[in-house]
Amino acid sequence: MTPHHHASDELLLAYAAGRLDESLALLVATHLALCPHCRAEVERMEVLGGTIIEDLPPAPVASDALDVVLDRLDEEWEGPPARSRMEKIEDESARMLPQPLRDYLGGRLNTLKWRKLGPGVRQFQIIPRREGIATSLLRIAPNTAIPHHGHGGSEHTLVLAGSYMDETGQFRRGDVQSADDELTHRPVSGGEEECYCLIVADAPLRFTGLAGRILQPFLRF
Amino acid sequence: MTGCMQAVASRRDRAAFAELFQYYGPRVKSYLMRLGTDDESAEELMQEAMLLVWRKAEQFDATKAAAGTWIFAIARNLRVDALRRQKRPEIDHEDPALVPDGDPRADILVEREEQWERVRAALRSLPREQAHVIEMSFFDDKPHSEIAAELNLPLGTVKSRIRLAMGRIRNAMGDEQ
Ligand SMILES: [Zn+2]
Repeated sequence: MTPHHHASDELLLAYAAGRLDESLALLVATHLALCPHCRAEVERMEVLGGTIIEDLPPAPVASDALDVVLDRLDEEWEGPPARSRMEKIEDESARMLPQPLRDYLGGRLNTLKWRKLGPGVRQFQIIPRREGIATSLLRIAPNTAIPHHGHGGSEHTLVLAGSYMDETGQFRRGDVQSADDELTHRPVSGGEEECYCLIVADAPLRFTGLAGRILQPFLRF
Repeated sequence: MTGCMQAVASRRDRAAFAELFQYYGPRVKSYLMRLGTDDESAEELMQEAMLLVWRKAEQFDATKAAAGTWIFAIARNLRVDALRRQKRPEIDHEDPALVPDGDPRADILVEREEQWERVRAALRSLPREQAHVIEMSFFDDKPHSEIAAELNLPLGTVKSRIRLAMGRIRNAMGDEQ
């Protein structure tokens, strides 16, 4: 089944243009692995990017540029580093992770150092927080409600397994939800299995309810 | 140019590479400078990008991309990697966890080179205001909300211009949606 909730044009364009920071690029690329629809859209954007560049006025290059490059054509080149293929997976549960996310987690999932955030909610930080951007994996037990909360900035969620539901709809594997400071919601995970999400937030969540306020000190993604 | 690219890919043709370099080198450099790279770094990155075109030529597949798209992607990734000193997160087409394309896309029937020309023509015939937001999306490090503020437009207008422009590109590529 392919996703119903896609990455926005803005995210896809910024990814195609090479302008996204690493965290959001990771989220978009992981969505692309699960979503043929957005993959085709990014391909179109890349064609568009290529044609835009082709129409730019050419810049003068160094007079010896071609000779310098021709002289280097026979240099040894080791090629790009090999990616961690399925054989390298230590942990069966990590099979559901598509590339490039799997590379970031080293083929592990259950054996990661999960941190407990609250009842039924565990978190693992994928990329060290920098410039206010937090990138983490969230693991939510079936039928668990995350307290009602708003968002101090933008927050993007990609579902990797299981599902959750909030006031705006249901989100399953491959779906993206982009929340801004206008959305307040109370997501509840589905009952079928644990829900795993990749979350990129550029500001900590703000909680509105009392239960939320109690949880808040723990929920620093 | 796709013919030159294929000559480089299949028989390491240096004359064809020189031709590619003379055409794309100055354009790749122009692209890098448009993104705010200074002249010296842009020259260096351009030379590295063109060297990568030679080195990776075997991966070029004329049924998947026109030469221009492929070279653009190489220059873009090289710049991202140079800025971050690490690999840009990308999908792996061989990944068993990748969800495959549902039905074969119609554009496989269309020659990439021809498609490329059609997209170029579509880009040139885009209404000025649509082309403008697309260009800003590619080159300016700004979210759409900022682009909207700068152009004195509601965010919804910026979004719809992008949607309209992408619709035209989709038509030009012969993709049904
Ligand atoms: Zn999608």
